[in-house]
Amino acid sequence: MIESAVLERVLTAALRGGGDFAEVFVEDRSSSTARYDDGRVEELTTGRDRGAGIRVIVGDSTGFAHTADLGEAGLLDAAAAASNAAKGGTGAARSVSLTRSEPTRSHEIEIPSEGVAKAKKIELLRRADDAARSTGSAIRSVSASYAEGRRRILVANSDGLLTSDDQTRTRFAVQSVASGDTGLQTGSEAPGRSVGFELYDEFSVDDIARISAQRALALLDAVPAPSGQLPVVLAKGAGGVLFHEACGHGLEADLVQRDASVFKDLIGTQVASPLVTVIDDGTFAREWGTFAIDDEGRPAQRNVLIDKGILTDFMWDFARARKTGRQSSGNGRRETYRHLPMVRMTNTYLPEGDTDPLDIIRDTEYGLYCAQLGGGQVDTATGDFVFGVTEGYLIEHGEITRPVRAAQLVGNGPQTMRLVDAIGNDFATWTGTCGKNGQGVPVSSGQPTLRVARMTVGGTAA
Amino acid sequence: MSEDPNELLALCRQIAARARGAEQIEAFASRGRETDIEVVHGAVESLTVATSSGVGIRVVAEGRQGFAWAGSLDNDVVAETLEAARDNAHFAEPDEAVALASPDDVAGDAVTLDLWREGLASVPTDDKVAFAIALDTRLRAADSRIIGVEAAGYGDIASASALATSRGIEASTRRTLASAYVYAMADDGRGTQTGYAVRAGRNFDELDVDEIVAMACERSTRLLGAEQPKSKRLAVVLDPLVTASFLGLVASIFNGEAMLKGRSLFADRVGETVASPQFELIDDPTDVRSLGAAPRDAEGAPCRRNVLLDGGVMQGFLHNTYTARRAKTTTTASAVRGGYRSTPSVGARSLRLKNGDRQPDELFGEVGEALYVQAVHGLHSGTNPISGDFSVGAEGLMIRDGALAEPVREVTIASTIPRMLLDVVAVGADAVYLPGGTVGTTLVISDMTMSGA
Repeated sequence: MIESAVLERVLTAALRGGGDFAEVFVEDRSSSTARYDDGRVEELTTGRDRGAGIRVIVGDSTGFAHTADLGEAGLLDAAAAASNAAKGGTGAARSVSLTRSEPTRSHEIEIPSEGVAKAKKIELLRRADDAARSTGSAIRSVSASYAEGRRRILVANSDGLLTSDDQTRTRFAVQSVASGDTGLQTGSEAPGRSVGFELYDEFSVDDIARISAQRALALLDAVPAPSGQLPVVLAKGAGGVLFHEACGHGLEADLVQRDASVFKDLIGTQVASPLVTVIDDGTFAREWGTFAIDDEGRPAQRNVLIDKGILTDFMWDFARARKTGRQSSGNGRRETYRHLPMVRMTNTYLPEGDTDPLDIIRDTEYGLYCAQLGGGQVDTATGDFVFGVTEGYLIEHGEITRPVRAAQLVGNGPQTMRLVDAIGNDFATWTGTCGKNGQGVPVSSGQPTLRVARMTVGGTAA
Repeated sequence: MSEDPNELLALCRQIAARARGAEQIEAFASRGRETDIEVVHGAVESLTVATSSGVGIRVVAEGRQGFAWAGSLDNDVVAETLEAARDNAHFAEPDEAVALASPDDVAGDAVTLDLWREGLASVPTDDKVAFAIALDTRLRAADSRIIGVEAAGYGDIASASALATSRGIEASTRRTLASAYVYAMADDGRGTQTGYAVRAGRNFDELDVDEIVAMACERSTRLLGAEQPKSKRLAVVLDPLVTASFLGLVASIFNGEAMLKGRSLFADRVGETVASPQFELIDDPTDVRSLGAAPRDAEGAPCRRNVLLDGGVMQGFLHNTYTARRAKTTTTASAVRGGYRSTPSVGARSLRLKNGDRQPDELFGEVGEALYVQAVHGLHSGTNPISGDFSVGAEGLMIRDGALAEPVREVTIASTIPRMLLDVVAVGADAVYLPGGTVGTTLVISDMTMSGA
């Protein structure tokens, strides 16, 4: 993207004020989306964004500037601005020489989406509309979208690192609205992978559409969700976001270093039920949160965070790892070149156990079965979290019975982790965007069917 | 190029002039200069100084719309973006209502609003850094129970934007915005509680460190000792910040696009009573005090005051020119765009409630036992403005005998949005102008389900 000699001169300029570390992050991103709504292809959008972010670290302070001008003059201006913002450096100015390294990829892209005709993509949207509408006559409105993005990044830093990655992601989403005596209800399904057009070999758009429509239709007959504490069974894939919120964020080293994590002093201690192992794995082939290098040039890693209930490690980016005198765990990510990197999750999951999921349900006298969750939020300093149930059912006498209307679940991370009392032998993942300090990055979460002995369910029924 | 809207307007005009035959082109360009400071442990963790710009181009031909954007104003990039938008238009399916606004659609004089503070540019970065550090250090010193500051920061942006279309519509504006926030962590041996405070204005000197510190300190320390209460139904008093979030949800029901696409709960309710008479909802971007104020909307129509609920009766929907054409009405000047990366959609800019005549503490005296909700969590996962479901995590304090009493945690509050609108019993006399443009007010709802132990 940019010649190595230019990058060396820019890094040298960035260190002119005596910074401890300097980095150039270059990004060239293109995206293409199409939206089908109200019975027609409404709009196609193409986006292009490229630029560079330059940071200079002095002590624990970072100066940052970014530019859309990738010419040498533009980069040198940004380097001067970053160096200026990071004033107070006492180190000597020095020159930088770079050595190129090639990252290892977890998988290759089989069918680059740029090469697929737009007409063919639009055909998928029409099929989704047909499939959703034919699922039930109560379906009144369907919207579908496809989104594909390619992000080429390059990282060069004053430690001599020069590396790059080429990331592709494809996602298809359908939202259905059903209308009945109880009013309007919605259902959605939106799988995504770090792949090209081969996404549609793994997922059929007809299935995606039908799942979204079935969710909306089921809710037409839903009863109000119960309120109070009861056992909660999370279907495979649906509950990964619980662990993303309940413990994942609290294991991010930036929050730990700000004293804003309930897990701060708990390394080596039992923080969860012995049934619980939590892994964050940026190398998980094809998954939504996968990459070859993170946005600081560090190769993706598989990190075991909790091993059979024992807290083993936090997640680290470059700046927080450097402060502690260790290596980054490959969790330094940023939304775009306009943002500073921070500690972020990738694909966070609980591996499967050995119980038949049906036995978990049979063994539950009365509780809530969550088939789809709508995302959540956590206060890492207290551990209190919430997440929304977008498809849920009552479990009565060991059987899944009536659908319930949307409810919120609340709990406390460390407490909930200890209350996991059954883990199934199945597994699935969920695609999402994780927001933190105003930056969104693609992540996935996954888990087998599992049960939490009790959680607070916030419905309206007594 | 500086933050000069005229230079951007000239660029947009050049792009719009490239329309061929019956093709219509709309060009939108923006440019902003920002400063962002984050403080951790009393020292600057990061200082960002940067400018960003971009262009979004919409092409409409024979009722088909295509769009493309780029984060650059370079000539070659702009030319590529126009070609991409043209190509995209071929693949959309025609809709006779799809067209750029005509000069008649957006006729009328816009109010003059002074949204720009020249002085912001001359504030030294060191003063901004000192402000952000003071948020952290003064908060730590404010109360012995404050054990830490999770994050503190200051940010400002000076931005300009312009719009030009091949149908002859032109508009441009510039604005400044400064904001600061802090997250407090408090602990007195009974467990950690957090409190968030944010303030925003058009200039640096409108922000007051001590006001923000006091707010975060109060909001964290008053939750100390919080316990999970038993589930019950009771009245709920929403803090102005929470009310603002609630108004955002309610506004989506009044969105003309949602109505046309079968996604509004109130599609057939215009002229009917759908809310308590106390709940008078207004979207008024002509109020210069609102940080969402704007002289013209995203299609160039002069902004106006739109009353959505009057005496509890639904007055109508918000529209842009496309949704108005389909609904056989006229635009309410409610075209909004999330920057150069998207086409104009429909939305509110400056929501507010008509204030009641009593201050929050007077309202506390009237509600009996109630839950004061200081913050909600999971608003986007637990609520659904299409179905009307509302269930969110909440933190706050009980109100007893007319005053705030013991704090609560790990609770949810639930109802449905239509029910909540009817159950509003009072609106406070207070008004907080929030960064998103909404004006926050204390709101009393007579009946919700609180889930706890």
